[in-house]
Amino acid sequence: MLKSLHIEAEKCTGCLQCELACSYRGEGVFNPAKSRIRVFTFHDEGRFAPYTCTQCAEAWCLHVCPVEAIIDNPATGAKEVVAGRCVGCKVCTIACPFGTINYNQDRKIVHKCDMCGGDPECVKSCPTGAILFLDADQTGLSRMRKYAGQQIHS
Amino acid sequence: MAWTEKILRVNLTQGTVTPEPLNMDWAMQYLGQRGLASKYLAAEIDPKCDPLSADNKLIMTTGPLTGTSASTAGRYSVVTKGPLTGAIACSNSGGFLGAELKNAGWDMIIFEGRAKSPVYLYVENETAEIRPADALWGRTVWETDAMLHRKHQDPLLRIATIGRAAEKGCLYAAIVNDLHRAAGRSGVGAVMASKNLKAVAVRGTRGVGNLKDPARFLQSTAAAKKLLAESGVTGKGLPTFGTQVLMNVINEVGALPTRNGSAVQFDGARDISGEAMREPRKTDHRPNLTTNAGCFACTIACGRISTVDRGHFTISNKPEYWGASGGLEYEAAWALGTDTGVSDLDALTYANFLCNEDGMDPISFGATVAAAMELYQIGALTKTDTGGLELNFGSAEALVRAAELTAKGEGFGLELGLGSKRLCAKYGHPEFSMTVKGQEFPAYDPRGIQGMGLTYATSNRGACHLRSYTVSSEILGLPVKTDPLATEGKAELVKTFQDVTAAVDSIGLCVFSTFAWSLADIAPQLDAACKGEWNAARLLEAGERIWNLEREFNNAAGFTKKDDTLPERMLKEPAGTGPAKGKVNNLAAMLPEYYKLRGWTEEGVPTAATRRRLGLGA
Repeated sequence: MLKSLHIEAEKCTGCLQCELACSYRGEGVFNPAKSRIRVFTFHDEGRFAPYTCTQCAEAWCLHVCPVEAIIDNPATGAKEVVAGRCVGCKVCTIACPFGTINYNQDRKIVHKCDMCGGDPECVKSCPTGAILFLDADQTGLSRMRKYAGQQIHS
Repeated sequence: MAWTEKILRVNLTQGTVTPEPLNMDWAMQYLGQRGLASKYLAAEIDPKCDPLSADNKLIMTTGPLTGTSASTAGRYSVVTKGPLTGAIACSNSGGFLGAELKNAGWDMIIFEGRAKSPVYLYVENETAEIRPADALWGRTVWETDAMLHRKHQDPLLRIATIGRAAEKGCLYAAIVNDLHRAAGRSGVGAVMASKNLKAVAVRGTRGVGNLKDPARFLQSTAAAKKLLAESGVTGKGLPTFGTQVLMNVINEVGALPTRNGSAVQFDGARDISGEAMREPRKTDHRPNLTTNAGCFACTIACGRISTVDRGHFTISNKPEYWGASGGLEYEAAWALGTDTGVSDLDALTYANFLCNEDGMDPISFGATVAAAMELYQIGALTKTDTGGLELNFGSAEALVRAAELTAKGEGFGLELGLGSKRLCAKYGHPEFSMTVKGQEFPAYDPRGIQGMGLTYATSNRGACHLRSYTVSSEILGLPVKTDPLATEGKAELVKTFQDVTAAVDSIGLCVFSTFAWSLADIAPQLDAACKGEWNAARLLEAGERIWNLEREFNNAAGFTKKDDTLPERMLKEPAGTGPAKGKVNNLAAMLPEYYKLRGWTEEGVPTAATRRRLGLGA
């Protein structure tokens, strides 16, 4: 069964533990600036929202890459950057409608979420359960349950 | 390793920026952050210097764990000689600036001298430049933050800045980072203003790493995070109610200094409590509290983000305050509310916004207003003196007007900005100033919590709860319950809390972690990250060393035993109600024992043997 990252932004406190865990896995240092998942602060609304790649089935980044450096991992559904093949042309960063694939100037290639090969660090590091890793077909389940419950309790 | 082993020396007089290696011998003795920066300060300035002169230095400093994924490891401190007290000042702040500085590759920045005209420091990894800030001078914290983000076209820039209060001479001006986290106490912002330094803007992309044993670090920090999550205080009380979880608790035990300490219980406490912040208002059906928020790497997330009712008199015609912003912590709610007798939650929240917006310590500000209210009550201060301001206890209008004036440095606000000690002396009633060493004390009445009396009296930065938070033991029962009304054993309790806290601060962790962590939980995290061998005993000793270093700085600055005292009210006027009814603080029963346990003379001076034992010299 494929799994997907599922984000419940209302639980996020903006602590950046996900960015620390992500950057540590990717770069070997704690460095939010190099994290593949990013937490955004909506100050006036008093809200925080983590965001990362949704792993499009027909991924624009993958299709647009001129050197086929982005591949589909059939085991996880993740679209992964092959480091040795990427030439850092950044066309994928233009193609991605969500901005979730980005250039890494230290390594001179792009990087994006690869779901850590099927065991995402951001999920494990989140102290409030704002980032979950769920059955890819059922990411709406908790929201459905909430609205289903309203019929019971009304 | 975790230290970057690099510091940045910024000479504002010369306009130079010079990197230099961190003194690692000192780091092994004083850890980092509060301890290490205090060592640098003590070594580099004359303790007798005028805090607002070019001779004083201002150090922004991180700890060895700052910037790592250890929970709460986002702290930084500002260390300088404080203008409110004349004592060594160390003000600790969360948010994201400290971790960003570390990520840029720096353990600390030492500012010295004074710039000829306003400047700010821009740090981007190895690059650091002093840049003109003429356009920023006269601006609020929030305006400055927005202007710098716009100018540098960089939403990820982290900024610490002073507001107008500091520029106008407010002696408890704060340095605010990330819009509403603050190095709040002792007037560190006033020192920054005296150097014509408006702001520090930092962007770091190098990463914090170089851990001694990465696998062990991840393991020990994960185990420690679990302890925080499982604790009733750090896992539940603080995220749910913030530090405001205390308002009703401290009121119940009769240790809530009310109306400038003239009472110990407040009938309006319920209305301004953490619980009240979560309840929908009658007016707009929304709660004051919008969400809780975490500082960098913090898995507790006690921060309050609040929204004031748009129809409230304070902001109904000011849409710029309609959005969410930094809400009330317990100390701020107490100072702005309980101490002034004001029980209008949204008015306190607005006053708190102003403290953030223009960089003022809400504790000292609120307590100074409270003292002014008592002066006004007895007629020592009149409407003529205040420029028409009717400073009646309980008046929300007076509180917010006073906040607006002090934030901008206008009219009577200029006098309020000097703190209660100077204000009460000027108007002939020094006894109304609830201060120790010139700094206003916070939200725990030493008549109802005896240990806090000794805490305030001996705090190296003037009255402060964060130097030895014995409330944890005396009220919350952590790590062990002691009787708040007893003095027996309190000298030792205070000493231990002081030493532990000095170590925790110096590592770069938040003191709130110690509701769930002992040094035995912290040492493995530090040891896995850093060179050296770190265990609880060695950390405790480092804490004691740091405490004595700070004490010696103050002794050299001219403080003596007679400054280790409390306002007369706490020593002579018995509490009128509650469990502490009839009690005063019995400081005399604790202080001599404390000196003895510290290894100090009867005059409060570290003996030669103590100095030798701690490696402070013969």
